[in-house]
Amino acid sequence: MSTIAQKKGFGATVWDFLTTVDHKKIAILYLIAGGFFFLVGGLEAVFIRIQLAVPNNDFVSAGAFNEIITMHGTTMIFLAAMPLIFAFMNAVMPLQIGARDVAFPFVNALGFWLFFFGGIFLNLSWFLGGAPDAGWTSYASLALHSKGHGIDFYVLGLQISGIGTLIGGINFLVTIINMRAPGMTYMRMPLFTWTTFVASALILFAFPPLTVGLTLMMFDRLFGANFFDVTMGGNTVIWEHLFWIFGHPEVYILILPAFGIFSEIFSIFSRKRLFGYSSMVFATVLIGFLGFMVWAHHMFTTGLGPVANAIFAVATMAIGVPTGIKIFNWLFTMWGGSVKFTVPMYYAFGFIPSFVMGGVTGVMVATAAADYQYHDTYFVVAHFHYVIVGGVVLGILAGVHLWWPKMFGTMLSETLGKVTFWFFFIGFHLTFFIQHFLGLWGMPRRVFTYLPGQGFDTANMVSSIGAAFMSIGVLVMLYNIIMTSVKNVKVGNDPWEDGRTLEWSIPSPPPFYNFKQLPLVRGLDAYWIEKMDGKKGMTPAEPLGDIHMPNGSFIPFMIALGLFIAAFGAMYHVDKEAWALPVLIIGLLVTFGSMFVRSIKDDHGFHIHKEELQDEKGAKA
Amino acid sequence: MHAEEKMTYETWPAEPEKSTLEAKNKFLGFWLFLGGETVLFATLFATYLALKDKVPNTSQPLAKDLFELPLTFVATMLLLTSSITSVYAMYHMKNFAFKKMMLWLGLTVLLGLGFLGLEVYEFSHYVHEGHKFTSSAFGSAFYSLVGFHGGHVAFGLCWILTLMIRNSKRGLSLYNAPKFYVASLYWHFIDVVWVFIFTVVYLMGMVG
Repeated sequence: MSTIAQKKGFGATVWDFLTTVDHKKIAILYLIAGGFFFLVGGLEAVFIRIQLAVPNNDFVSAGAFNEIITMHGTTMIFLAAMPLIFAFMNAVMPLQIGARDVAFPFVNALGFWLFFFGGIFLNLSWFLGGAPDAGWTSYASLALHSKGHGIDFYVLGLQISGIGTLIGGINFLVTIINMRAPGMTYMRMPLFTWTTFVASALILFAFPPLTVGLTLMMFDRLFGANFFDVTMGGNTVIWEHLFWIFGHPEVYILILPAFGIFSEIFSIFSRKRLFGYSSMVFATVLIGFLGFMVWAHHMFTTGLGPVANAIFAVATMAIGVPTGIKIFNWLFTMWGGSVKFTVPMYYAFGFIPSFVMGGVTGVMVATAAADYQYHDTYFVVAHFHYVIVGGVVLGILAGVHLWWPKMFGTMLSETLGKVTFWFFFIGFHLTFFIQHFLGLWGMPRRVFTYLPGQGFDTANMVSSIGAAFMSIGVLVMLYNIIMTSVKNVKVGNDPWEDGRTLEWSIPSPPPFYNFKQLPLVRGLDAYWIEKMDGKKGMTPAEPLGDIHMPNGSFIPFMIALGLFIAAFGAMYHVDKEAWALPVLIIGLLVTFGSMFVRSIKDDHGFHIHKEELQDEKGAKA
Repeated sequence: MHAEEKMTYETWPAEPEKSTLEAKNKFLGFWLFLGGETVLFATLFATYLALKDKVPNTSQPLAKDLFELPLTFVATMLLLTSSITSVYAMYHMKNFAFKKMMLWLGLTVLLGLGFLGLEVYEFSHYVHEGHKFTSSAFGSAFYSLVGFHGGHVAFGLCWILTLMIRNSKRGLSLYNAPKFYVASLYWHFIDVVWVFIFTVVYLMGMVG
């Protein structure tokens, strides 16, 4: 397909991506957009570290610092980590289960455009009077009194992108339940598919509370409601609950797919079946389940009382058990394996000690009584960066290297990849390890500066130097991506030579219908089994026949665009701007009009005929 | 079976809402969506219970001063009946009786409209008594929970009407049967939520 795309003009390619419903192209869109926001969030992190490098610094003002930390957290979680994970879910999961697309290709595209417009809307706040400044948690008592429209950008932007995530989650669930290839039972699904499945279930149940929380905040700020206004009978703790009922499962929504990526990597590059596959599945499901029972450990100092704190503390520590099961399973997968040190394996190796350290401090902060000491200090900052960077980001970087050839048909440079790894890995520990001690020495988080002579000076400088290392690592990776794309050396089906799952049995990148004939799955690591039996590819499960494919559509873009426009109207309506109400109405008309068009216009898709498939060469299923 | 196939009473499958892959996906996806909606309403219920009767001063009406059972009882009956009529509509859909299905769906829409009318009247009545969206946390929580439900009813009505108008001339097919079925699922869900609103907001509001 890529050769066809090159022959088309630039405009045609853009139009192709604007209207695509192909999960592989949507994955590329998620990767580009998520990568862009990752750079934006990274830039904000660099600003934070420059400001804090020396005491009494005035690189940014206190107000700007609040905006930067808020946007750093919000961007990294919602606009970088989530979409990058979604990129892999889209690119890989349908291939791993032997499906030709996701269950709802149209909804898939809609999910991307909602996320994209939500993210753009949120970031436009920088240019339209100031970004949100109440922290990424946006606690109501701060948020209600924030001047300007920063918080409104946060509320509306996250609402739009959150809807996109929710429908994406439903889509993945249905895809996995209904569209597995013949023989692909649940207990034969690759671990990345399993973690996608559980993470999607978490999305389904965790995002509605966020939706409600954001709606209530919107009502309070824009329409005069009083949910969080204590003087009118409101209760500001409700926001804390709603935010964390969403916010804690969100952590697992991010880390479980990263676990999935690492499970694939350990297995592929140890050239061994994943140790304890069933217990891995069990641990994944258990983590997902327990993830909903621990949200109040973010609120130990809110004053819920000793009974509530004790229950949530115990539940939190319980999560250490299934996570420990996973760690040992990964170690035992390597044990006795024939380990190959590729770039993805570097990341997997780096991940284990880094993430375990985050887990250990996690048990420390889960101890409710001790948490009063850690709360709101740099110790907490160090802890969650160890799990998010040491877990999720390393997982994403590993996934980029692992699946780049499958997504783009060409391999990233291993040498440059290793350079990136060492800069990033050393920089990461340099930045965050010392922050544990900064926290224990008493440095509070979210302060824009500190006085000299309190013992914070050297440690903060060390931390900032670490951030520079990480930045160099990311720049090397960008260089790697550009050089690889320019050279564009094509690779075959199985570029790592040890691929185990179905995605490695088809060309890189796969044809737009993925599988010419659906494959017959005979066990866990389906492709590996066939290779061990001396076969070149999968045995087809069906005769060659017509393939039904969905049509592309511009409507998803329009639905999302309408909400984007409407959000401006809703926001400036408060300022009594004359144009605001018409803009709100026009935006909603665009959205609902597009939905209406979608619902009355029949879209049966099209068929690729058997004869065309027979003519095509090289696309062996 | 293909979605575009021309069907007759004889070839019509027993479960037309699940007879193609697209239909199966739609069926399951919608159930999952309703799972998410359940959490959404659960969150609104929790917020309402936390903020019930929380008003800034004693001059404002509380739940026990506001609610009147006769009105909400009539509204409840209208909505419950509309659930039954949509069941009949789906019964006829499964028997390939397009006209009868349309008739029962039409009844469903009328009953839903009646319910919405009563809700609008009820809200305006409360506003006159000083119970407003902006007057207290109680007001905000009440109108959000009941209003979210009302919004769902309105959306459901538009949805069913669009389906009826779009398909009025062409009858049933395996392409549109799942659409009708899923819309009726949504309608049942709205009804179930109302049963909880009637209990938690109105009955519990009257007694304490």
